[in-house]
Amino acid sequence: MKSRNKKIDYSKWGYFFILPFFVSFFIFSFIPLLDTIRYSFFEYYRSGIKEVGPNFIGMENYISLLKSDMLKYAANTLILWIVGFIPQIVIALVLAEWFVDARLKIHGTQFFKVVIYLPNLIMASAFAMLFFTMFSNNGPVNEILLSIGLIKEPVDFLGSVFGTRSLVGLMNFLMWFGNSTIMLMAAIMGISPDVFEASDLDGCNSFQRFFYITLPQIRPILAYTLITAIIGGLQMFDVPQILTNGQGTPDRTSMTLIMFLNSHLKSRNYGMAGALSVYLFIVSGILCFFVYRITNNDDPDGSKAAAKKAKKQSRRG
Amino acid sequence: MKKRVICVLLAAAVAAGSLAGCGGKSSDGGASSGEEGKVINVYSWNDEFRKRVEEVYPEVKETSTDGTVTTLNDGTEIHWIINPNEDGVYQQKLDEALLRQADASADDKVDIFLSEVDYVYKYTDADADVAMPLADLGIDPNADLADQYEFTKVTASDVNGVQRGSTWQCCPGLLVYRRDIAMDVFGTDDPEAIGEKVKDWDTLKATAEELKAKGYYTFASYADTFRLYGNSIEAPWVSPGETTIKVDQKIMDWVEDSKEWLDAGYLDKNVKRQWVDDWNKTMGSSSNVFAFLFPAWGIDFTLKKNWDGEDGVWGVTNPPQEYNWGGSYVHACTGTDNPEQVKDIILAVTGNQENLLKISKEYLDYTNTKSGMQKVAEDSSYASEFLGGQNAFQYFVPVAESIQIAPLSAYDQGCVELLQNSFSDYFQGAVDFDKAKENFETAIIERYPDITAIQWPE
Repeated sequence: MKSRNKKIDYSKWGYFFILPFFVSFFIFSFIPLLDTIRYSFFEYYRSGIKEVGPNFIGMENYISLLKSDMLKYAANTLILWIVGFIPQIVIALVLAEWFVDARLKIHGTQFFKVVIYLPNLIMASAFAMLFFTMFSNNGPVNEILLSIGLIKEPVDFLGSVFGTRSLVGLMNFLMWFGNSTIMLMAAIMGISPDVFEASDLDGCNSFQRFFYITLPQIRPILAYTLITAIIGGLQMFDVPQILTNGQGTPDRTSMTLIMFLNSHLKSRNYGMAGALSVYLFIVSGILCFFVYRITNNDDPDGSKAAAKKAKKQSRRG
Repeated sequence: MKKRVICVLLAAAVAAGSLAGCGGKSSDGGASSGEEGKVINVYSWNDEFRKRVEEVYPEVKETSTDGTVTTLNDGTEIHWIINPNEDGVYQQKLDEALLRQADASADDKVDIFLSEVDYVYKYTDADADVAMPLADLGIDPNADLADQYEFTKVTASDVNGVQRGSTWQCCPGLLVYRRDIAMDVFGTDDPEAIGEKVKDWDTLKATAEELKAKGYYTFASYADTFRLYGNSIEAPWVSPGETTIKVDQKIMDWVEDSKEWLDAGYLDKNVKRQWVDDWNKTMGSSSNVFAFLFPAWGIDFTLKKNWDGEDGVWGVTNPPQEYNWGGSYVHACTGTDNPEQVKDIILAVTGNQENLLKISKEYLDYTNTKSGMQKVAEDSSYASEFLGGQNAFQYFVPVAESIQIAPLSAYDQGCVELLQNSFSDYFQGAVDFDKAKENFETAIIERYPDITAIQWPE
């Protein structure tokens, strides 16, 4: 009995050292999270300087959100995200492949890595402000196009759905492709060089190597990139907010979900905003679950799953 | 175990006691006590008010170099709490402070805050009671502020007609035009002759056609004319006690006229709203825009800043319709611990003709003194170099005297902003008329959850 007590137990120090995180998480994230969920069942907003509520109204906020344009804004968000994400992942894959490829011997990769990451260091709102000025009707882009005679009248980039969405996509692409490149480079460098050497000896060309070796090998990281990008995309806010002055112009086609949330917060509508947050939370939660499954999958080529499936089928048959 | 329970009880008792102490203290510090607090907290969005207080309040001793603290002769400090107006930041911070007001310690209480016409009604609301009635401060609006323009007093009053704020500024607007363009098109730049050509909307439309023939735009954008229509609505956007937005016929007139003017080529299609780069550029020397509609501050702060040519090119004349644009109101905050000083400051800055004329001289404000402005209009020392030696006050006076201020509601800011935005899409041809109406309805209900319906004029 006594001897067991004397044994030095270091495990409590581990808990002690991670305590600050849990305490701050509990105070600054967990309690507000619960509060958000709680308020989503209440009518609670401010009219002028007067507070209304909180009055319990059950699921009414959720129902009225479904009746509002929420799904349209979700579609906007998705479109804006895809417009930026497709070029982002394609360019990132190509660059990552080139930078890692030892035989290409690209000079100054370190320099390029820094340069492509730079746009991500600029604040999104500053970036959006810059684009707003550049692509405004009397802005430099229009002036250049006019002076070289490509167009007769200024193009109203921000007045058309296509123009606005493309600009948002372009900005998101510019801001994030460097980040994806670096992540994918790490993934490609993680592939054993033996595999590449063997393929070279077998006379594999670079296209085959990319599609049959690189891509399958980095699939888990690629999926991780995809899903974190979707979660990031769900929260798209600053770029379209600044570019369209918070109105999602034209015709509310660039209004994203978080901009919708923000317009509720203008009247301190905690109830409605809370309900919207809960919807977003559920969607992000489902996506996170997929990430969890992918990153914890120790069976990347799917053989285990295939075996399971076959077994199931044989049992049925 | 028992010991522990007692401990907890004792702790709770101590905590309760100290909290009660706080409560008691703060209520002592209210307006009822005779002693003045040591700190006057002023909420504002820029240094405009501070500069005017420094200029005319005789008790001011000095201001710290960063402009955050002004010391008065008796040692009281004025703390300037400045938050930008953009994107509602100022109102957000002010609202937080006002909600905390009852529990704040004496030195943290808001004593004076400012509001703009666009949202003054939110703060003068009788139920909310955040801005003190001037009478409670010991200011009699009828006697002490008799020389103020009537409409500024109406604007700062609540539903029951109790005045809860006062302003040093009055913002009648004029039509500011380019003399060189006028010379080119009409062969004269005489303000009287031009005034005749822009005297009402129909005449202005004929004039616009003349300008267009020579390749000039009359105004920069449809946003420029909005104030003239929007400030002459007959009923408020939302009547007191109701939750329906009633869009006034005047607003629909603006929509109709704007579309017509834009399609006719009298307005620059490339400018969609004010306060953006596109708009600023139209005030430059290379622009083709003939005129702007501005009050005194607009000429001094906006036009002058964006103009890159020499002085004397711009001139002022009467607008097609009398209007008021802007104005900063000073309110004493309910619960202030410095009622005497607040009263003195408000009177010095907004109710003293000598001081107001000083402000007019120094900052070119059109100040809130009827008789004073009349004097100024005849005083050639108020002539402006920028306007080619014209004395703008001469034109401001008749406008100021005939302004009928539109009835206000607490929803004005959102309504004005969102309506212009929704219909901008319609003017630009992105959506049709009904879709624009629908978009406004969606946007306004998102902004104001208590609005239940929108009524359009027939």
